[in-house]
Amino acid sequence: MNTQLFFQYIVAGVTYGTIYAIVAIGFNIIYNATGIINFAQGEFVMLGGMIAASLSGFMPLPSAILAAVIITMIIGALIEMIFIRWLDRPSVLRLIIITIGISIIIREAALFIWGEGVKALPYFTGTSVTVISIGDVHLSPQVLWSTGISAIMVIGLNLFFNYTLPGRQMRACSSNRNAARLCGINTKNMVTLSFILSAGIGALGGCVVSPMTYVQYDSGTGLAIKGFTVAILGGLGNSMAAVAAGMLLGILESFSIWIMPTAYKDVISISILLGMLFIKPSGLFGSAEAARLKDF
Amino acid sequence: MPLRKHFQIAALVAAVIAVQLAVTLSGNSHHLTQLTMSAYYSLVIVGLCLLIGYAGQISLGHAGFFAIGGYISGFLTTYNLLPYKDKAIVSIFAKTGLLVGRQDLYGGQALTFHPWTAGLIAVLATFVTALVIGGPVLKLKGHYLAMATLGFGIIVYRIVLGTEKLGAADGISDIPGFTLLPGLQVSGAAGLRIQNYYIAWGLVILSVTLLVNLVHSRIGRALRSIHGAEDAAQAMGIDTAGYKLKIFVLSAVLASIGGVFLTHYNGGIGPSEASIMKSVRYVAIVAIGGMANLWGALIMGFVLNFLSLRGYFGTYDDAVFGVILIVIMLFAPEGLITRSVFSNIRRLFGKAAPEAEV
Amino acid sequence: MAMLEVKELCKSFGGLRAVNNVGFSLEQGMIKALIGPNGAGKTTLFNLISGVIQADSGKVSFQQEEIQRLRPHQIASKGIARTFQHIRLFPGMTALENIMVGRHIHSRSGFFSGMLSLPWTWKEEKKIRSKAMEILEFLGIGELAGTEATSLAYGLQRTVELGRALACEPRLLLLDEPAAGLNMRETADVAKLITQIRDMGTTVLIVEHDMSLVMNISDEVLVLSYGQKIADDKPQAIQKNREVIRVYLGEDDA
Repeated sequence: MNTQLFFQYIVAGVTYGTIYAIVAIGFNIIYNATGIINFAQGEFVMLGGMIAASLSGFMPLPSAILAAVIITMIIGALIEMIFIRWLDRPSVLRLIIITIGISIIIREAALFIWGEGVKALPYFTGTSVTVISIGDVHLSPQVLWSTGISAIMVIGLNLFFNYTLPGRQMRACSSNRNAARLCGINTKNMVTLSFILSAGIGALGGCVVSPMTYVQYDSGTGLAIKGFTVAILGGLGNSMAAVAAGMLLGILESFSIWIMPTAYKDVISISILLGMLFIKPSGLFGSAEAARLKDF
Repeated sequence: MPLRKHFQIAALVAAVIAVQLAVTLSGNSHHLTQLTMSAYYSLVIVGLCLLIGYAGQISLGHAGFFAIGGYISGFLTTYNLLPYKDKAIVSIFAKTGLLVGRQDLYGGQALTFHPWTAGLIAVLATFVTALVIGGPVLKLKGHYLAMATLGFGIIVYRIVLGTEKLGAADGISDIPGFTLLPGLQVSGAAGLRIQNYYIAWGLVILSVTLLVNLVHSRIGRALRSIHGAEDAAQAMGIDTAGYKLKIFVLSAVLASIGGVFLTHYNGGIGPSEASIMKSVRYVAIVAIGGMANLWGALIMGFVLNFLSLRGYFGTYDDAVFGVILIVIMLFAPEGLITRSVFSNIRRLFGKAAPEAEV
Repeated sequence: MAMLEVKELCKSFGGLRAVNNVGFSLEQGMIKALIGPNGAGKTTLFNLISGVIQADSGKVSFQQEEIQRLRPHQIASKGIARTFQHIRLFPGMTALENIMVGRHIHSRSGFFSGMLSLPWTWKEEKKIRSKAMEILEFLGIGELAGTEATSLAYGLQRTVELGRALACEPRLLLLDEPAAGLNMRETADVAKLITQIRDMGTTVLIVEHDMSLVMNISDEVLVLSYGQKIADDKPQAIQKNREVIRVYLGEDDA
């Protein structure tokens, strides 16, 4: 394989890796605040892409994206308030099934609204054939947009959790819910906030990658699985590690096409997931105790 | 208590017969097809109910076992070995009577595995798979267990969807029926509808009887104790990991038997039988029937599968099951057909509510 | 020969030495009490003996057989039964059914015989049921047989859990704080019961905070503090032991 092909694979891997990492970060935010794994996480990405694509038909692109993100955030808040907020110490099993049910309903609603077709936002700059060349490597500018915006999101989240009051309140909540409540933190609102944040970043992620990867009504499930794999790979709850793990998975998947038919691409990521769960559930970068600390 | 158990099974037999007579005499014989299919799905559901309700382990990938059974059996009974008949291993198979010659779709000659052999191999393969993955998977808890089983289901789905030899997106078709016993044919032929209805439901009655017996036995009690307080169960000498694995494998084998029979009845199988939605559907039915309630799961399975197969849910099939899952989990996590519902009904009729177990 | 021998047992959690080089022995027919301030490592020691957790090093021998590497259900089948500090009855099952689970090791009906409901299993079930009933009556709570176990009063739940352990017909009975949460009358009843059990041939190792119970019925007392054994002697001697007094009451009272 020549260097050009090699870098193309890397670029493809990074592109997909970014979106996997974003889904993983979404998982982590909700998990950290609540201990719940939100199976509907992938649907937020799908909704972001689909809503923005629809709106971009009659709105300028930046407003379409902004509107899509806001709408998805509202949906995230509604989900939490309608389905989760009033549950009284639900069992893990019950929560799993509820979030699966939610993801199914969102998916079916998407099918009803948009049908089975694929949608995509227009490329932010240029078209699908515009190319930026860095030496031997040819990239679409969209890759720079997606990695750039995702990086800004991750940095923004870091700043939020470390330097703003609500962010620190959320971290307190995830460390020790009862103690947080005793400090006057409204833990129920923190849970809603975590859903809003997860929905928002998922939606934004969906918007930036959709020009390249397309979205359709059932894109959510596959993304959720990959996102979960990445979250586990990095250590559940550890979002910085999720970024690295996302890149790792994306690149591994990308190169796997070299040795096995594309149809089996998913089998790779799931086998990695199963392997991690069986051998080292605390993740590549995690230790059992760190997993318990559950920091951003 | 044994009397109650026998009464329940007798009631089931009576119901099965009654439904058949009602359907045939009202001229809706074609309904028998969906009723028969419903029966085979029920095999998966009762096994899953035992796993989730009694052993306390969730599986979001049980459709995978169904598919392994159906696909292996379907593949072996349609893959033509005639071009390889000179290879050593094929002639061994032929000499030991495992193969059978038949006419293929285009009138040519074909040499495939005998359906009985294929079915046994399929179930055996499922048994081994469940045994192998069950060990590590069942050590996981909560979300991790759910994800691992989900992952297993997706792997099976992707393999059958992506493999040319297994028909890829189109699945395998033209799968022959087979002679279960002299005089009993498993096949989709219109003239054999009633026979197949009874074969299917007979299988279900047999399985339910075995499972109900198990639930009321020493092992059933041990399972309930595992579900209730696993550490205490271990302290009582119960090998909890071993039992969980055995139940997992049992439920997987039941699912694959359903898969084998349905495939031969339908004459075909497609990747959708292995999809996540199918697995979710099975879990939804167990949930709505009452997690630890074999009869509830059976009734709900029968009703919901029949409605779904007849197309009553239209294109919103998946949405219906999604909604059921959420509604049940939010408002009635113990399921709809629980002891409290039964005792409320009994109170309505003026009888006292019994204390003992269903 | 000693029925139970613990040698140089160690267990750490992270940096904390929960059990630090503990050794002792238990003769057959003895009632031995394990006492110590909170956090001394008593329940950890229990969990090590019953197989719930694995020791880092050291040996546990039961009837001359090493059991420290065995899993809980294997240890149970060797003849060691236990109760739990925070009652672990099986919810959704009656008091009788809870005790019937205790008969698991002494019965054989398996998957196949259960599914086929073979006649010999019916006889076995009858025997299990009547033996469990016997135990309930021995404990004086026969009339509670059909009540859901977790709906019983706290003291009665403790009794049922004890009954469940007795159903295993153990050679060694491990009781984890059997008098916790009981009033004086109930505690005296428990003390009498434990002595009765010992007189019927079962050796007993009990973790307890209630000193009246410990001093009244124990043949020997083992004192732990911060994971280490600081005394192992007859009750009267323990009461006069300066280290023990210091550990419980502080420096000034020694």
